[in-house]
Amino acid sequence: MKPPLFSYHDPRSTADVVGLLTSLDNAKLLAGGQSLMPMLNMRFVLPDHVIDLNRVEGLSHIRERDGALDIGAMTRQRDIEFSDLVRERCPLMHEAVRQVGHRQTRNRGTLGGSLCHLDPSAELVSVAAALDATIAVIGKDGTRSIDFAAFPVGYMASSIALDELVTGATFPCWPAGHGYAFVEFARRHGDFAIVSAAALLEEDDNGKVTRASLTLGGMGPAPVRVSEVERALIGEVIAEKRLREICEALRKLEAIDDIHAPASYRQQLATVLSRRALLKAHERIGAGRKP
Amino acid sequence: MSETRNITVTVNGKRHEATVPVRVMLADFLRHQLGLTGTHLGCEHGVCGACTILFDGYSARSCLMLAVQADGHEIMTVEGIATDAGTLHPLQQAFHEHHGLQCGFCTPGILTTLIELLRDNPDPTEEEIRIGISGNLCRCTGYQNIVIAALDAARRLRSDDRGRTTEDGKRVSP
Repeated sequence: MKPPLFSYHDPRSTADVVGLLTSLDNAKLLAGGQSLMPMLNMRFVLPDHVIDLNRVEGLSHIRERDGALDIGAMTRQRDIEFSDLVRERCPLMHEAVRQVGHRQTRNRGTLGGSLCHLDPSAELVSVAAALDATIAVIGKDGTRSIDFAAFPVGYMASSIALDELVTGATFPCWPAGHGYAFVEFARRHGDFAIVSAAALLEEDDNGKVTRASLTLGGMGPAPVRVSEVERALIGEVIAEKRLREICEALRKLEAIDDIHAPASYRQQLATVLSRRALLKAHERIGAGRKP
Repeated sequence: MSETRNITVTVNGKRHEATVPVRVMLADFLRHQLGLTGTHLGCEHGVCGACTILFDGYSARSCLMLAVQADGHEIMTVEGIATDAGTLHPLQQAFHEHHGLQCGFCTPGILTTLIELLRDNPDPTEEEIRIGISGNLCRCTGYQNIVIAALDAARRLRSDDRGRTTEDGKRVSP
């Protein structure tokens, strides 16, 4: 298996990338290469031009700004994994990224690559959904930002135009002491999850849920927020029995049916993993709060 | 006619200048153009881990990189693990003694992966080693002896005894 013939471009600035995207037909952007390279090797994609982003300046950073984490598109998954800022301000992302592939793939794989490849059960995509991230994009008409809810438009398809480039994403942080958990089920360690559940919780002094976020990966064409469950949790005091009742609704959620698992199996996983994630998130409430 | 580029890349401390077709993957460049056939290609789509190399010190799958991307960078392959010819690195010595390989196909990728792991975490637990090599498929050993070898290598590297004694202190014939 060898990649097909293509022309190779390695621009140094986002302006040059946009210029190439505007002038070239059938071009693919190469970020960390952990998805595009296998697709090239297997000839699932046949681009005339490959635009390598690895030498583009200014796309790799993790910064805190206005209570949110601003992460550059070419930031390696490894850098997210080992970032103190991410672990402290966005522990859900820290827990999720450790479940992305293996060390060898996280050393190369990038945030922007994961977001744009948009695998239905990609961990970082689920995190973007869970935290209501905003995706930063640049094109020939300048920059714009896309709310994550409007980012996926179908199976592995995003709402960015062919001549646009994702430059980064902003993840609003939840207050210190919030509960979080990223739980997934895969047949082998490091595989894409069959189903994953990302939970975020805030509770008041009486232990009643005041804010909840629950995201399921691997169920539909893209990770989905389950607003029905999120609403049902408000005002509840988390207990396993009650969670079991609330999460039972997930068994009716529409799910992918493919060679990896039938829909009924995914629905079962969604029910169980959501309960586990919410329970774990509840148990962690207060853990990150400074005394 | 395929497009080519001139690249300069340092492999195992040695600088190479080469002309490569832009579509050639790094693994094929190492094997075919530099003759470093220690890097193995199993699946060629990033699953088996046999082609793992260190790219600027970090493990990466060389089937998921293009040779042109290595321009100006430093690579270490399995051939670069032993510092001098004829003497195995403590990690290799531990694999040799504990039967950490059978057919040897996965071994280059597992060794390079463990070089990084033991550098970043000199005292790993068994679980950390198992997670560390979870991206490397081995169909012979059942992993047990690989894990034993890796744990022993960690001990040897910590005590820096260069792999001359076994766990229970017995001398090993060279």
